[in-house]
Amino acid sequence: MHIVVLVKPVPDTASSGERLRPDNRLDRAAVPAVVNANDEYALEAALKLVEAHGGEVTVLTMAPSGATDTIRKALAMGATRGVLVTDEALAGSDIRSTVLVLAAALAGLEFDLVLAGVDTSDGQGGFVGPGVAVKAELPYLSYAAKIEPKPDDRLVTVRRISPTGYDVLESPMPALIACTQALGEPRYPSLKGIMAARSKEIVTKSLADLGLEPEGVGGAVATTEVVGSEAPPARAATRVVREAPDVAAREVVAFLAERRIV
Amino acid sequence: MAGLWVLGEVTPEGTLARISGEVATFARGLAAEAGQEVAGVVVAADPSAAAAELATYLPRVLAVSDPAAAERPWSFVAAERIAGLLEPDTQEFMFVGAGPDGRDVAGSLAALLGWGVLANAIGATWKDGGPVVEMSVFGGRLKTTSRFTGPTGIVTVRPNVVTAEPSGSTGKVEVVEAPVDELRQPAVRVIDRVVEAGTAAPIEEAKIIVAGGRGMGGSEGFKLVEELAEVLGGAVGATRAAVDAGWIPYGQQIGQTGKIVKPQLYLALGISGAIQHKVGMQTADTIVAVNRDPDAPIADFADLVVIGDLFEVGPALLAELRARSG
Repeated sequence: MHIVVLVKPVPDTASSGERLRPDNRLDRAAVPAVVNANDEYALEAALKLVEAHGGEVTVLTMAPSGATDTIRKALAMGATRGVLVTDEALAGSDIRSTVLVLAAALAGLEFDLVLAGVDTSDGQGGFVGPGVAVKAELPYLSYAAKIEPKPDDRLVTVRRISPTGYDVLESPMPALIACTQALGEPRYPSLKGIMAARSKEIVTKSLADLGLEPEGVGGAVATTEVVGSEAPPARAATRVVREAPDVAAREVVAFLAERRIV
Repeated sequence: MAGLWVLGEVTPEGTLARISGEVATFARGLAAEAGQEVAGVVVAADPSAAAAELATYLPRVLAVSDPAAAERPWSFVAAERIAGLLEPDTQEFMFVGAGPDGRDVAGSLAALLGWGVLANAIGATWKDGGPVVEMSVFGGRLKTTSRFTGPTGIVTVRPNVVTAEPSGSTGKVEVVEAPVDELRQPAVRVIDRVVEAGTAAPIEEAKIIVAGGRGMGGSEGFKLVEELAEVLGGAVGATRAAVDAGWIPYGQQIGQTGKIVKPQLYLALGISGAIQHKVGMQTADTIVAVNRDPDAPIADFADLVVIGDLFEVGPALLAELRARSG
Protein backbone atom coordinates (compact mmCIF):
# COMPACT_ATOMS: atom_id res chain seq x y z
CA MET A 1 0.00 0.00 0.00
CA HIS A 2 1.17 3.50 -0.79
CA ILE A 3 -0.03 6.11 1.66
CA VAL A 4 0.40 9.87 1.42
CA VAL A 5 0.12 11.80 4.69
CA LEU A 6 -0.59 15.53 4.59
CA VAL A 7 1.61 17.15 7.22
CA LYS A 8 1.52 20.80 8.22
CA PRO A 9 4.20 22.55 10.24
CA VAL A 10 2.38 24.67 12.85
CA PRO A 11 3.58 27.05 15.56
CA ASP A 12 4.22 25.11 18.75
CA THR A 13 1.21 25.83 20.98
CA ALA A 14 3.26 24.89 24.03
CA SER A 15 5.38 28.01 23.42
CA SER A 16 2.32 30.27 23.95
CA GLY A 17 4.22 32.74 21.78
CA GLU A 18 2.18 32.68 18.57
CA ARG A 19 1.60 36.11 17.10
CA LEU A 20 0.78 37.93 13.89
CA ARG A 21 3.19 40.13 11.95
CA PRO A 22 2.21 43.76 11.25
CA ASP A 23 0.76 42.58 7.90
CA ASN A 24 -1.56 40.24 9.88
CA ARG A 25 0.13 37.06 8.68
CA LEU A 26 1.46 34.46 11.08
CA ASP A 27 4.88 35.39 12.43
CA ARG A 28 6.69 32.15 11.68
CA ALA A 29 9.93 33.46 13.15
CA ALA A 30 8.34 34.03 16.58
CA VAL A 31 7.91 30.39 17.60
CA PRO A 32 9.36 27.01 16.69
CA ALA A 33 7.40 24.96 14.17
CA VAL A 34 6.28 21.43 15.02
CA VAL A 35 4.32 18.75 13.19
CA ASN A 36 0.61 19.47 13.71
CA ALA A 37 -0.57 17.08 16.44
CA ASN A 38 -3.49 15.60 14.49
CA ASP A 39 -1.16 15.02 11.52
CA GLU A 40 1.06 12.94 13.82
CA TYR A 41 -1.90 10.65 14.50
CA ALA A 42 -2.44 10.37 10.74
CA LEU A 43 1.22 9.55 10.23
CA GLU A 44 1.20 6.95 13.01
CA ALA A 45 -1.89 5.32 11.47
CA ALA A 46 -0.15 5.27 8.06
CA LEU A 47 3.00 3.69 9.51
CA LYS A 48 0.96 0.97 11.24
CA LEU A 49 -0.94 0.26 8.02
CA VAL A 50 2.21 -0.23 5.95
CA GLU A 51 3.71 -2.35 8.72
CA ALA A 52 0.65 -4.61 8.46
CA HIS A 53 0.12 -4.55 4.68
CA GLY A 54 3.53 -3.58 3.28
CA GLY A 55 4.18 -0.43 1.28
CA GLU A 56 5.50 3.07 1.68
CA VAL A 57 4.53 6.32 3.34
CA THR A 58 5.09 9.66 1.63
CA VAL A 59 4.77 12.87 3.62
CA LEU A 60 3.35 15.81 1.65
CA THR A 61 3.79 19.34 2.98
CA MET A 62 3.05 22.77 1.56
CA ALA A 63 5.10 25.34 3.47
CA PRO A 64 8.04 27.74 3.31
CA SER A 65 11.37 26.10 2.49
CA GLY A 66 12.38 25.85 6.17
CA ALA A 67 9.74 23.15 6.65
CA THR A 68 12.28 20.45 5.80
CA ASP A 69 12.94 20.30 9.59
CA THR A 70 9.40 19.16 10.39
CA ILE A 71 9.40 16.79 7.41
CA ARG A 72 12.65 15.31 8.75
CA LYS A 73 10.84 14.60 12.05
CA ALA A 74 8.15 12.70 10.12
CA LEU A 75 10.85 10.78 8.27
CA ALA A 76 12.49 9.93 11.60
CA MET A 77 9.18 8.42 12.76
CA GLY A 78 9.39 6.08 9.77
CA ALA A 79 7.97 7.75 6.66
CA THR A 80 9.77 6.73 3.45
CA ARG A 81 10.15 10.09 1.75
CA GLY A 82 9.00 13.69 1.88
CA VAL A 83 7.57 15.99 -0.75
CA LEU A 84 7.71 19.71 0.03
CA VAL A 85 5.73 22.08 -2.15
CA THR A 86 7.30 25.47 -1.65
CA ASP A 87 7.20 28.63 -3.73
CA GLU A 88 7.54 32.33 -2.98
CA ALA A 89 4.20 32.86 -4.73
CA LEU A 90 2.44 30.73 -2.09
CA ALA A 91 3.01 33.24 0.74
CA GLY A 92 -0.30 34.33 2.23
CA SER A 93 -2.20 31.38 0.75
CA ASP A 94 -5.77 30.88 1.95
CA ILE A 95 -7.64 27.58 2.18
CA ARG A 96 -8.64 27.73 -1.49
CA SER A 97 -5.00 27.99 -2.61
CA THR A 98 -3.85 25.33 -0.16
CA VAL A 99 -6.50 22.92 -1.41
CA LEU A 100 -5.63 23.59 -5.08
CA VAL A 101 -1.92 23.07 -4.48
CA LEU A 102 -2.26 19.91 -2.39
CA ALA A 103 -4.68 18.39 -4.90
CA ALA A 104 -2.26 19.20 -7.74
CA ALA A 105 0.63 17.67 -5.80
CA LEU A 106 -1.40 14.49 -5.18
CA ALA A 107 -2.03 14.18 -8.91
CA GLY A 108 1.69 13.53 -9.33
CA LEU A 109 1.89 10.85 -6.63
CA GLU A 110 0.84 7.22 -6.50
CA PHE A 111 -1.28 6.23 -3.53
CA ASP A 112 -3.99 3.97 -2.20
CA LEU A 113 -4.87 6.24 0.70
CA VAL A 114 -4.32 9.87 1.67
CA LEU A 115 -4.39 10.52 5.40
CA ALA A 116 -4.64 13.96 7.00
CA GLY A 117 -5.20 15.31 10.49
CA VAL A 118 -8.81 16.26 11.10
CA ASP A 119 -7.74 19.87 11.70
CA THR A 120 -4.68 21.92 12.55
CA SER A 121 -3.90 23.61 15.84
CA ASP A 122 -3.33 26.98 14.17
CA GLY A 123 -6.23 27.32 11.73
CA GLN A 124 -8.64 24.99 13.59
CA GLY A 125 -10.86 24.98 10.53
CA GLY A 126 -10.86 21.37 9.40
CA PHE A 127 -11.54 22.44 5.78
CA VAL A 128 -8.43 21.29 3.93
CA GLY A 129 -9.21 17.54 4.13
CA PRO A 130 -12.70 17.73 2.60
CA GLY A 131 -11.52 20.42 0.16
CA VAL A 132 -8.65 18.33 -1.17
CA ALA A 133 -10.96 15.32 -1.46
CA VAL A 134 -13.35 17.38 -3.61
CA LYS A 135 -10.59 18.76 -5.84
CA ALA A 136 -8.76 15.43 -6.19
CA GLU A 137 -12.13 13.65 -6.71
CA LEU A 138 -11.43 11.22 -3.91
CA PRO A 139 -13.97 9.64 -1.57
CA TYR A 140 -13.75 11.42 1.79
CA LEU A 141 -14.02 9.73 5.19
CA SER A 142 -13.63 11.94 8.25
CA TYR A 143 -13.21 11.76 12.03
CA ALA A 144 -11.62 8.35 11.73
CA ALA A 145 -11.16 6.28 14.89
CA LYS A 146 -10.25 3.08 13.03
CA ILE A 147 -9.04 2.34 9.50
CA GLU A 148 -9.22 -1.16 7.99
CA PRO A 149 -8.13 -1.50 4.38
CA LYS A 150 -8.92 -4.58 2.30
CA PRO A 151 -6.26 -4.11 -0.38
CA ASP A 152 -7.34 -7.16 -2.41
CA ASP A 153 -10.88 -5.79 -2.78
CA ARG A 154 -9.63 -2.19 -3.19
CA LEU A 155 -11.89 -1.20 -0.28
CA VAL A 156 -11.32 0.58 3.02
CA THR A 157 -13.56 0.58 6.09
CA VAL A 158 -13.47 3.49 8.53
CA ARG A 159 -15.10 4.09 11.88
CA ARG A 160 -16.26 7.71 11.83
CA ILE A 161 -16.89 9.20 15.26
CA SER A 162 -20.48 10.46 15.53
CA PRO A 163 -22.12 12.44 18.35
CA THR A 164 -23.72 9.23 19.62
CA GLY A 165 -21.05 6.62 18.86
CA TYR A 166 -19.64 5.86 15.46
CA ASP A 167 -20.66 5.15 11.89
CA VAL A 168 -19.00 2.40 9.89
CA LEU A 169 -18.19 3.69 6.41
CA GLU A 170 -16.97 1.72 3.43
CA SER A 171 -15.26 3.28 0.46
CA PRO A 172 -13.37 2.28 -2.65
CA MET A 173 -9.64 3.03 -2.62
CA PRO A 174 -7.98 5.41 -3.23
CA ALA A 175 -9.66 7.57 -0.62
CA LEU A 176 -8.84 10.49 1.67
CA ILE A 177 -9.27 9.95 5.40
CA ALA A 178 -9.26 12.68 8.08
CA CYS A 179 -7.67 11.23 11.20
CA THR A 180 -8.18 11.74 14.92
CA GLN A 181 -6.29 10.98 18.09
CA ALA A 182 -8.53 7.94 18.60
CA LEU A 183 -6.32 6.10 16.07
CA GLY A 184 -3.56 5.83 18.66
CA GLU A 185 -0.53 7.48 20.18
CA PRO A 186 2.20 8.50 17.73
CA ARG A 187 5.58 6.84 18.21
CA TYR A 188 8.68 8.75 19.21
CA PRO A 189 11.44 8.71 16.60
CA SER A 190 14.10 6.18 17.61
CA LEU A 191 17.77 7.08 17.43
CA LYS A 192 18.03 4.70 14.49
CA GLY A 193 15.08 6.44 12.86
CA ILE A 194 16.66 9.85 13.34
CA MET A 195 19.90 8.63 11.78
CA ALA A 196 18.05 6.99 8.88
CA ALA A 197 16.00 10.14 8.25
CA ARG A 198 19.16 12.10 7.44
CA SER A 199 19.64 10.20 4.22
CA LYS A 200 15.99 9.96 3.21
CA GLU A 201 14.81 11.87 0.19
CA ILE A 202 12.90 15.15 0.42
CA VAL A 203 11.70 16.21 -3.01
CA THR A 204 11.04 19.93 -3.40
CA LYS A 205 8.41 21.01 -5.87
CA SER A 206 7.59 24.51 -7.13
CA LEU A 207 4.28 25.69 -8.57
CA ALA A 208 5.78 25.28 -12.05
CA ASP A 209 6.58 21.63 -11.23
CA LEU A 210 2.90 21.13 -10.41
CA GLY A 211 1.74 22.93 -13.54
CA LEU A 212 0.12 25.74 -11.56
CA GLU A 213 0.29 29.43 -12.46
CA PRO A 214 1.60 31.65 -9.64
CA GLU A 215 -1.14 34.21 -10.42
CA GLY A 216 -3.84 31.72 -9.42
CA VAL A 217 -2.68 31.18 -5.83
CA GLY A 218 -1.16 32.96 -2.83
CA GLY A 219 -1.89 36.12 -0.90
CA ALA A 220 -2.75 38.32 -3.89
CA VAL A 221 -5.79 36.20 -4.77
CA ALA A 222 -6.75 35.13 -1.24
CA THR A 223 -10.51 34.88 -0.69
CA THR A 224 -10.19 36.03 2.92
CA GLU A 225 -8.07 38.57 4.75
CA VAL A 226 -7.36 39.41 8.36
CA VAL A 227 -8.15 43.09 8.89
CA GLY A 228 -7.43 43.48 12.58
CA SER A 229 -6.53 41.79 15.82
CA GLU A 230 -6.66 42.53 19.51
CA ALA A 231 -6.03 40.77 22.77
CA PRO A 232 -9.25 39.40 24.23
CA PRO A 233 -10.41 41.06 27.45
CA ALA A 234 -8.35 39.72 30.34
CA ARG A 235 -10.14 37.38 32.74
CA ALA A 236 -10.86 38.77 36.16
CA ALA A 237 -8.45 37.85 38.96
CA THR A 238 -8.88 34.34 40.30
CA ARG A 239 -10.75 33.99 43.59
CA VAL A 240 -8.91 31.42 45.68
CA VAL A 241 -10.86 29.38 48.24
CA ARG A 242 -8.93 27.41 50.84
CA GLU A 243 -11.70 26.63 53.35
CA ALA A 244 -12.78 23.22 54.58
CA PRO A 245 -14.69 21.16 51.98
CA ASP A 246 -18.23 21.95 53.19
CA VAL A 247 -17.51 25.68 53.52
CA ALA A 248 -15.73 25.71 50.16
CA ALA A 249 -18.70 23.92 48.55
CA ARG A 250 -21.11 26.54 49.88
CA GLU A 251 -18.85 29.30 48.53
CA VAL A 252 -18.78 27.70 45.09
CA VAL A 253 -22.57 27.37 45.00
CA ALA A 254 -23.00 30.98 46.15
CA PHE A 255 -20.57 32.07 43.42
CA LEU A 256 -22.53 30.13 40.78
CA ALA A 257 -25.80 31.60 42.08
CA GLU A 258 -24.33 35.11 41.87
CA ARG A 259 -23.63 34.46 38.21
CA ARG A 260 -27.10 32.95 37.72
CA ILE A 261 -25.66 29.60 36.68
CA VAL A 262 -27.57 27.66 39.35
CA MET B 1 -31.96 34.36 -3.89
CA ALA B 2 -31.11 35.20 -0.34
CA GLY B 3 -27.97 37.09 0.57
CA LEU B 4 -27.37 35.01 3.68
CA TRP B 5 -27.87 31.28 3.99
CA VAL B 6 -28.03 29.05 7.04
CA LEU B 7 -27.26 25.35 6.92
CA GLY B 8 -29.80 23.35 8.94
CA GLU B 9 -28.24 20.19 10.34
CA VAL B 10 -30.47 17.25 11.20
CA THR B 11 -30.17 14.97 14.25
CA PRO B 12 -30.48 11.17 13.89
CA GLU B 13 -34.10 11.61 15.10
CA GLY B 14 -34.83 13.96 12.21
CA THR B 15 -35.09 17.13 14.29
CA LEU B 16 -33.02 20.30 13.88
CA ALA B 17 -29.59 20.17 15.53
CA ARG B 18 -29.31 22.70 18.35
CA ILE B 19 -26.31 24.41 16.76
CA SER B 20 -28.43 25.24 13.70
CA GLY B 21 -30.91 27.24 15.81
CA GLU B 22 -27.96 29.25 17.09
CA VAL B 23 -26.48 29.77 13.63
CA ALA B 24 -29.90 30.86 12.34
CA THR B 25 -30.21 33.38 15.18
CA PHE B 26 -26.68 34.62 14.47
CA ALA B 27 -27.27 35.04 10.70
CA ARG B 28 -30.74 36.57 11.16
CA GLY B 29 -29.27 39.30 13.35
CA LEU B 30 -26.57 40.00 10.79
CA ALA B 31 -29.09 40.03 7.92
CA ALA B 32 -31.22 42.59 9.80
CA GLU B 33 -28.16 44.79 10.29
CA ALA B 34 -27.23 44.42 6.61
CA GLY B 35 -30.74 44.79 5.19
CA GLN B 36 -30.24 41.44 3.46
CA GLU B 37 -32.52 38.46 3.00
CA VAL B 38 -31.77 35.32 4.97
CA ALA B 39 -32.92 31.78 4.25
CA GLY B 40 -32.20 28.29 5.52
CA VAL B 41 -31.51 25.06 3.74
CA VAL B 42 -31.95 21.52 5.05
CA VAL B 43 -30.74 18.46 3.14
CA ALA B 44 -31.90 15.06 4.39
CA ALA B 45 -33.71 11.91 3.32
CA ASP B 46 -36.69 13.40 5.15
CA PRO B 47 -36.01 17.08 5.87
CA SER B 48 -39.60 18.00 6.83
CA ALA B 49 -39.35 18.14 10.65
CA ALA B 50 -36.00 19.94 10.74
CA ALA B 51 -37.05 22.36 8.01
CA ALA B 52 -40.25 23.22 9.89
CA GLU B 53 -38.17 23.87 13.02
CA LEU B 54 -35.67 26.02 11.12
CA ALA B 55 -38.63 28.01 9.76
CA THR B 56 -39.40 29.15 13.33
CA TYR B 57 -36.09 31.05 13.11
CA LEU B 58 -36.00 32.16 9.48
CA PRO B 59 -38.51 33.62 7.00
CA ARG B 60 -37.73 31.06 4.31
CA VAL B 61 -36.35 27.51 4.33
CA LEU B 62 -35.54 25.21 1.43
CA ALA B 63 -36.12 21.55 2.29
CA VAL B 64 -34.10 19.35 -0.05
CA SER B 65 -35.15 15.73 0.12
CA ASP B 66 -32.50 13.28 -1.02
CA PRO B 67 -32.37 9.58 -0.06
CA ALA B 68 -28.58 9.63 -0.58
CA ALA B 69 -28.28 11.74 2.58
CA ALA B 70 -29.14 8.65 4.64
CA GLU B 71 -27.09 6.12 2.66
CA ARG B 72 -23.88 8.12 2.41
CA PRO B 73 -21.97 10.37 4.79
CA TRP B 74 -24.31 13.33 5.01
CA SER B 75 -21.87 16.20 4.63
CA PHE B 76 -20.76 15.61 1.04
CA VAL B 77 -24.31 15.01 -0.15
CA ALA B 78 -25.42 18.22 1.57
CA ALA B 79 -22.50 20.19 0.11
CA GLU B 80 -23.19 19.04 -3.44
CA ARG B 81 -26.91 19.73 -3.23
CA ILE B 82 -26.35 23.17 -1.69
CA ALA B 83 -23.71 24.02 -4.29
CA GLY B 84 -26.38 23.31 -6.91
CA LEU B 85 -28.78 25.79 -5.27
CA LEU B 86 -26.43 28.73 -4.81
CA GLU B 87 -25.72 31.20 -7.56
CA PRO B 88 -21.96 31.65 -7.42
CA ASP B 89 -21.93 35.00 -9.19
CA THR B 90 -24.24 36.84 -6.83
CA GLN B 91 -23.54 38.16 -3.37
CA GLU B 92 -24.11 35.18 -1.10
CA PHE B 93 -22.76 34.04 2.25
CA MET B 94 -23.34 30.69 3.92
CA PHE B 95 -23.39 30.23 7.71
CA VAL B 96 -22.68 26.81 9.15
CA GLY B 97 -22.20 25.43 12.68
CA ALA B 98 -18.56 24.73 13.58
CA GLY B 99 -19.20 21.11 14.59
CA PRO B 100 -17.78 18.02 12.84
CA ASP B 101 -20.49 17.79 10.16
CA GLY B 102 -20.62 21.54 9.62
CA ARG B 103 -16.87 21.68 9.12
CA ASP B 104 -17.04 18.89 6.56
CA VAL B 105 -19.85 20.66 4.69
CA ALA B 106 -18.00 23.99 4.80
CA GLY B 107 -14.74 22.49 3.53
CA SER B 108 -16.31 20.58 0.67
CA LEU B 109 -18.70 23.39 -0.29
CA ALA B 110 -15.80 25.89 -0.33
CA ALA B 111 -13.87 23.62 -2.73
CA LEU B 112 -16.91 22.95 -4.92
CA LEU B 113 -17.61 26.68 -5.34
CA GLY B 114 -14.09 28.13 -5.00
CA TRP B 115 -15.37 30.27 -2.10
CA GLY B 116 -13.39 31.48 0.89
CA VAL B 117 -14.14 30.21 4.36
CA LEU B 118 -13.69 31.77 7.78
CA ALA B 119 -13.53 29.40 10.74
CA ASN B 120 -15.02 29.52 14.21
CA ALA B 121 -16.77 32.89 14.27
CA ILE B 122 -17.52 34.30 17.71
CA GLY B 123 -19.20 37.41 16.34
CA ALA B 124 -19.86 39.33 13.13
CA THR B 125 -20.86 42.75 11.86
CA TRP B 126 -21.72 43.89 8.34
CA LYS B 127 -19.48 46.26 6.39
CA ASP B 128 -18.99 47.10 2.71
CA GLY B 129 -21.39 44.46 1.48
CA GLY B 130 -20.12 41.53 3.50
CA PRO B 131 -19.63 40.13 6.97
CA VAL B 132 -16.66 41.15 9.10
CA VAL B 133 -16.06 38.13 11.26
CA GLU B 134 -14.53 37.96 14.72
CA MET B 135 -12.56 34.84 15.54
CA SER B 136 -10.72 33.58 18.57
CA VAL B 137 -7.29 32.21 17.52
CA PHE B 138 -4.13 30.85 19.11
CA GLY B 139 -6.19 28.97 21.67
CA GLY B 140 -8.06 32.08 22.76
CA ARG B 141 -5.02 34.30 23.22
CA LEU B 142 -5.87 36.58 20.28
CA LYS B 143 -9.06 37.86 18.71
CA THR B 144 -8.89 38.61 14.98
CA THR B 145 -11.33 40.21 12.57
CA SER B 146 -11.42 38.96 9.00
CA ARG B 147 -13.48 39.51 5.89
CA PHE B 148 -13.96 38.03 2.45
CA THR B 149 -12.21 39.73 -0.46
CA GLY B 150 -15.10 38.92 -2.81
CA PRO B 151 -18.93 38.84 -2.67
CA THR B 152 -19.20 35.24 -1.48
CA GLY B 153 -18.01 33.13 1.44
CA ILE B 154 -18.71 30.54 4.10
CA VAL B 155 -18.55 31.21 7.83
CA THR B 156 -18.49 28.48 10.48
CA VAL B 157 -19.97 29.67 13.79
CA ARG B 158 -18.84 28.34 17.17
CA PRO B 159 -21.50 26.80 19.40
CA ASN B 160 -22.75 28.95 22.32
CA VAL B 161 -21.88 32.25 20.65
CA VAL B 162 -25.55 33.28 20.72
CA THR B 163 -28.65 31.84 22.37
CA ALA B 164 -31.05 30.31 19.85
CA GLU B 165 -34.17 32.48 19.66
CA PRO B 166 -37.07 31.72 17.34
CA SER B 167 -38.16 34.78 15.35
CA GLY B 168 -41.73 34.78 16.63
CA SER B 169 -43.27 34.12 13.23
CA THR B 170 -43.18 31.01 11.09
CA GLY B 171 -41.32 31.12 7.82
CA LYS B 172 -42.22 29.50 4.54
CA VAL B 173 -40.87 26.00 3.80
CA GLU B 174 -40.25 25.25 0.12
CA VAL B 175 -39.84 21.58 -0.74
CA VAL B 176 -37.10 20.93 -3.28
CA GLU B 177 -36.63 17.51 -4.85
CA ALA B 178 -32.95 16.68 -5.23
CA PRO B 179 -31.88 16.71 -8.84
CA VAL B 180 -31.71 13.21 -10.28
CA ASP B 181 -28.18 13.67 -11.58
CA GLU B 182 -25.48 11.58 -10.01
CA LEU B 183 -23.46 12.98 -7.17
CA ARG B 184 -19.96 13.91 -8.32
CA GLN B 185 -18.22 12.51 -5.30
CA PRO B 186 -17.23 8.83 -5.45
CA ALA B 187 -19.55 6.73 -3.34
CA VAL B 188 -18.89 6.16 0.35
CA ARG B 189 -21.49 3.91 1.97
CA VAL B 190 -22.68 4.00 5.57
CA ILE B 191 -22.81 0.31 6.42
CA ASP B 192 -23.62 0.64 10.13
CA ARG B 193 -24.47 3.26 12.74
CA VAL B 194 -23.39 2.25 16.21
CA VAL B 195 -24.78 3.99 19.30
CA GLU B 196 -22.54 3.74 22.35
CA ALA B 197 -23.68 4.42 25.88
CA GLY B 198 -22.35 7.53 27.54
CA THR B 199 -22.03 9.66 24.43
CA ALA B 200 -25.11 11.84 24.54
CA ALA B 201 -25.40 15.41 23.25
CA PRO B 202 -22.38 16.89 21.46
CA ILE B 203 -20.20 18.32 24.19
CA GLU B 204 -19.38 21.49 22.25
CA GLU B 205 -23.04 22.49 22.49
CA ALA B 206 -23.36 22.03 26.27
CA LYS B 207 -24.07 25.10 28.42
CA ILE B 208 -22.45 23.50 31.44
CA ILE B 209 -19.48 21.15 31.35
CA VAL B 210 -18.02 19.26 34.28
CA ALA B 211 -14.63 17.94 33.27
CA GLY B 212 -12.18 15.59 34.93
CA GLY B 213 -8.48 15.08 34.48
CA ARG B 214 -5.70 12.82 35.64
CA GLY B 215 -6.52 13.78 39.24
CA MET B 216 -9.72 11.69 39.12
CA GLY B 217 -7.51 8.63 39.53
CA GLY B 218 -9.66 6.14 37.61
CA SER B 219 -13.07 5.34 36.15
CA GLU B 220 -14.41 4.96 39.70
CA GLY B 221 -13.25 8.47 40.54
CA PHE B 222 -14.75 9.71 37.29
CA LYS B 223 -18.24 8.85 38.58
CA LEU B 224 -17.98 12.01 40.72
CA VAL B 225 -17.61 14.05 37.52
CA GLU B 226 -20.66 12.33 36.06
CA GLU B 227 -22.75 12.91 39.20
CA LEU B 228 -21.85 16.60 39.31
CA ALA B 229 -22.66 16.95 35.61
CA GLU B 230 -26.02 15.31 36.20
CA VAL B 231 -27.03 17.54 39.12
CA LEU B 232 -25.94 20.65 37.17
CA GLY B 233 -27.70 19.47 34.00
CA GLY B 234 -24.41 19.56 32.12
CA ALA B 235 -22.20 17.37 29.98
CA VAL B 236 -19.11 15.41 30.97
CA GLY B 237 -15.75 16.46 29.56
CA ALA B 238 -12.22 15.25 30.03
CA THR B 239 -8.57 15.95 29.46
CA ARG B 240 -6.48 13.88 27.12
CA ALA B 241 -4.89 12.08 30.08
CA ALA B 242 -8.30 10.83 31.21
CA VAL B 243 -9.17 9.73 27.66
CA ASP B 244 -5.81 7.99 27.17
CA ALA B 245 -6.38 6.15 30.45
CA GLY B 246 -9.67 4.84 29.03
CA TRP B 247 -11.91 6.44 31.67
CA ILE B 248 -14.03 8.23 29.09
CA PRO B 249 -14.42 8.14 25.26
CA TYR B 250 -12.38 10.38 22.98
CA GLY B 251 -15.53 12.22 21.86
CA GLN B 252 -15.63 13.91 25.28
CA GLN B 253 -12.05 15.17 25.12
CA ILE B 254 -11.54 18.92 25.33
CA GLY B 255 -8.38 20.56 24.09
CA GLN B 256 -5.99 20.81 21.19
CA THR B 257 -6.71 17.46 19.57
CA GLY B 258 -10.24 17.21 20.99
CA LYS B 259 -13.18 19.61 21.12
CA ILE B 260 -13.11 23.36 21.64
CA VAL B 261 -15.91 24.47 23.95
CA LYS B 262 -17.39 27.71 25.20
CA PRO B 263 -19.92 26.82 27.90
CA GLN B 264 -21.41 29.19 30.48
CA LEU B 265 -19.74 27.14 33.19
CA TYR B 266 -16.66 24.95 33.02
CA LEU B 267 -16.14 23.05 36.27
CA ALA B 268 -12.68 21.47 36.18
CA LEU B 269 -11.85 18.68 38.60
CA GLY B 270 -8.31 17.41 38.97
CA ILE B 271 -7.24 19.30 35.85
CA SER B 272 -3.91 21.10 35.96
CA GLY B 273 -4.73 23.34 33.00
CA ALA B 274 -1.80 22.52 30.71
CA ILE B 275 -1.77 24.54 27.48
CA GLN B 276 -3.09 21.66 25.32
CA HIS B 277 -6.22 21.55 27.48
CA LYS B 278 -6.45 25.29 28.08
CA VAL B 279 -6.76 26.08 24.35
CA GLY B 280 -9.98 24.03 24.30
CA MET B 281 -11.79 25.73 27.17
CA GLN B 282 -10.34 29.07 28.17
CA THR B 283 -13.08 31.09 26.48
CA ALA B 284 -15.71 29.57 28.79
CA ASP B 285 -17.78 32.32 30.46
CA THR B 286 -17.04 31.05 33.97
CA ILE B 287 -14.30 28.63 34.99
CA VAL B 288 -14.36 26.99 38.41
CA ALA B 289 -11.59 24.57 39.36
CA VAL B 290 -10.94 22.18 42.22
CA ASN B 291 -7.31 21.27 42.54
CA ARG B 292 -4.96 20.15 45.27
CA ASP B 293 -2.06 22.10 43.81
CA PRO B 294 -2.21 25.89 44.30
CA ASP B 295 0.52 26.25 41.67
CA ALA B 296 -1.39 24.40 38.94
CA PRO B 297 -1.69 26.59 35.80
CA ILE B 298 -5.49 26.48 36.05
CA ALA B 299 -5.27 28.49 39.29
CA ASP B 300 -4.02 31.40 37.14
CA PHE B 301 -6.94 31.57 34.72
CA ALA B 302 -9.94 30.12 36.55
CA ASP B 303 -12.48 32.58 37.97
CA LEU B 304 -12.61 30.62 41.18
CA VAL B 305 -10.35 27.87 42.39
CA VAL B 306 -10.85 25.68 45.43
CA ILE B 307 -7.55 24.41 46.76
CA GLY B 308 -8.28 21.03 48.26
CA ASP B 309 -8.79 17.31 47.84
CA LEU B 310 -11.36 16.87 45.11
CA PHE B 311 -12.65 13.66 46.72
CA GLU B 312 -13.62 15.79 49.73
CA VAL B 313 -14.63 19.01 47.97
CA GLY B 314 -16.44 17.19 45.12
CA PRO B 315 -18.89 15.22 47.31
CA ALA B 316 -19.49 18.30 49.49
CA LEU B 317 -20.31 20.29 46.34
CA LEU B 318 -22.56 17.50 45.13
CA ALA B 319 -24.45 17.48 48.45
CA GLU B 320 -24.79 21.28 48.42
CA LEU B 321 -26.09 21.32 44.83
CA ARG B 322 -28.51 18.45 45.54
CA ALA B 323 -29.83 20.24 48.63
CA ARG B 324 -30.34 23.35 46.53
CA SER B 325 -32.16 21.64 43.67
CA GLY B 326 -34.34 19.96 46.35
